[in-house]
Amino acid sequence: MKLPKQTVAQRFHIRFFGGLIILLVLLIASNNFLKLDFGALIQNFDQFLALFKEMMHPDWKSAPFVVQPMLETIQMALIGTTLGTLLAIPAAIIAARNVVTNKWITGFVRIIFNMIRTLPDLLLAALFVAIVGIGPYAGVLTLTIFSFGMITKLFYECIETIDNGPLEAILTTGGKRSAMVMFAILPQVSSRFISYILYTFEINVRASTVLGYLGAGGIGQQLQTSLSQFRYDQTAVIILAILIMVLAIDGLSNFARERLQ
Amino acid sequence: MTKPELKPVIDVQHVSKVYENGTNGLTDINLQIKPGEFVVIVGLSGAGKSTLMRSLNRLHQVTEGHVLIDGQSITEAKGRNLRRLRRDVAMIFQNFNLVKQSTVLRNVLAGRLGYYPTWQSSLGLFKEADKQRAYKALERVNLLDKVYQRVDQLSGGQQQRVAVARAFVQDPKIVLADEPTASLDPKTAHLVMNDLKSMNQELGKTVVANLHSVALAKEYGTRIIGLRAGRIVYDEQIQDVTDVDLADIYNDGSLVGEDQ
Ligand SMILES: Nc1ncnc2c1ncn2[C@@H]1O[C@H](COP(=O)(O)OP(=O)(O)O)[C@@H](O)[C@H]1O
Ligand SMILES: [Mg+2]
Repeated sequence: MKLPKQTVAQRFHIRFFGGLIILLVLLIASNNFLKLDFGALIQNFDQFLALFKEMMHPDWKSAPFVVQPMLETIQMALIGTTLGTLLAIPAAIIAARNVVTNKWITGFVRIIFNMIRTLPDLLLAALFVAIVGIGPYAGVLTLTIFSFGMITKLFYECIETIDNGPLEAILTTGGKRSAMVMFAILPQVSSRFISYILYTFEINVRASTVLGYLGAGGIGQQLQTSLSQFRYDQTAVIILAILIMVLAIDGLSNFARERLQ
Repeated sequence: MTKPELKPVIDVQHVSKVYENGTNGLTDINLQIKPGEFVVIVGLSGAGKSTLMRSLNRLHQVTEGHVLIDGQSITEAKGRNLRRLRRDVAMIFQNFNLVKQSTVLRNVLAGRLGYYPTWQSSLGLFKEADKQRAYKALERVNLLDKVYQRVDQLSGGQQQRVAVARAFVQDPKIVLADEPTASLDPKTAHLVMNDLKSMNQELGKTVVANLHSVALAKEYGTRIIGLRAGRIVYDEQIQDVTDVDLADIYNDGSLVGEDQ
């Protein structure tokens, strides 16, 4: 019996052990570099307790003023997710290797999309606040780019897992590539696409609370104001409101995603 | 049955195909198929049957030679021209290649996609005449009652007959079938082969089918072509085909069987 030769890498499981060693080295190196001082964390504990005590008396009268910025946060997430998705669908189709067979094109657009995805959302927010000024507009732009990067990757990877047989079948009817997308690709991916969009929306709601902190509108901006004015009683209300909002949206979206399967 | 003066509807001239990894798929194939023929291609697996078939509608790009469909080269055609030529060549696959998440009707109507701009077909704005065509095709294959069901709710045999209906509504000159019965039980296999036969005899379509089963080949083909290692090694009208010949095609000069 003659088995095909294994490569050296296959024989010694180079990838697995190599990965493990790199991970360990990185862990040790980053710990030495940061010199994490867990002692300080414990020493400062009483400060944390003091803050916590103040927050135990929430200023309930401020609750109505939370509603408006909270809606703004949700709107920002909603618009950002929608715009990001609309841009991501054509982008993902161009990046999918089973749709566009030219490797130069898919390779090139992937590099661009990867670069967009590596931009952290906080950096984007700081950038857009500088460009368009403080307010929800900056937040929406940030979330659009952020969602675009994330959804594009999820989408093109999803498109690459579909059954390619029907795509060929459409070509043999004399249909165009666009007809192939509409008849053979979208029906195969639509339920997973919706699930990804909901998931991105969940992340965007959470992200947009933080973005507000940088002046990009929404509830985060109010959080920042209350903290800078040492109104921890109002901070407590805002944090509670954010918690409820995030839980509610996660719950709804999880429910919807489960129904999709 | 085939009149010699008819021009070939498929004309394969000196076609060779070498795959990117260096495998020889086809070597210098020359083959003329006349309108109305029911050609069955037989050969061991790996002989090049699928490669040949997929060269006919240019799902594969050949390395050398030309394929003419009704006198026009499909190997050189581009864009709109290529789509026009492909519209004349329907294909039925071993794995059906239906969109399982879509309804039977939508899959059958996909056979008309070569006749519509994409915006119109995407919105489902098919002409009434084409919808009637789809219903009629489904009636032919005895599946009209499933018209609004999702394809993944059908059995394998039913799915293949939906694929046959899709080929019907495409109204092609040629129907290619690449091992259409390989994943079906014998009874369903006959149903599907009968569908192809009626397309051939009643509607006058030229049929080219790759078949694994010698019995089906003899029952349905009007002409048998044998492939071995990418070359045509046999080509006879059905009345001249003997069992010895067929056994020969499947005997690769060695004692081991098909899966070798
Ligand atoms: N995509 C491909 N890349 C490389 N070699 C291939 C590819 N498809 C088929 N082949 C090879 O070409 C030869 C003919 O294959 P195929 O046409 O599928 O045979 P058949 O349909 O008669 O079983 C085989 O040796 C097969 O391994
Ligand atoms: Mg094959």
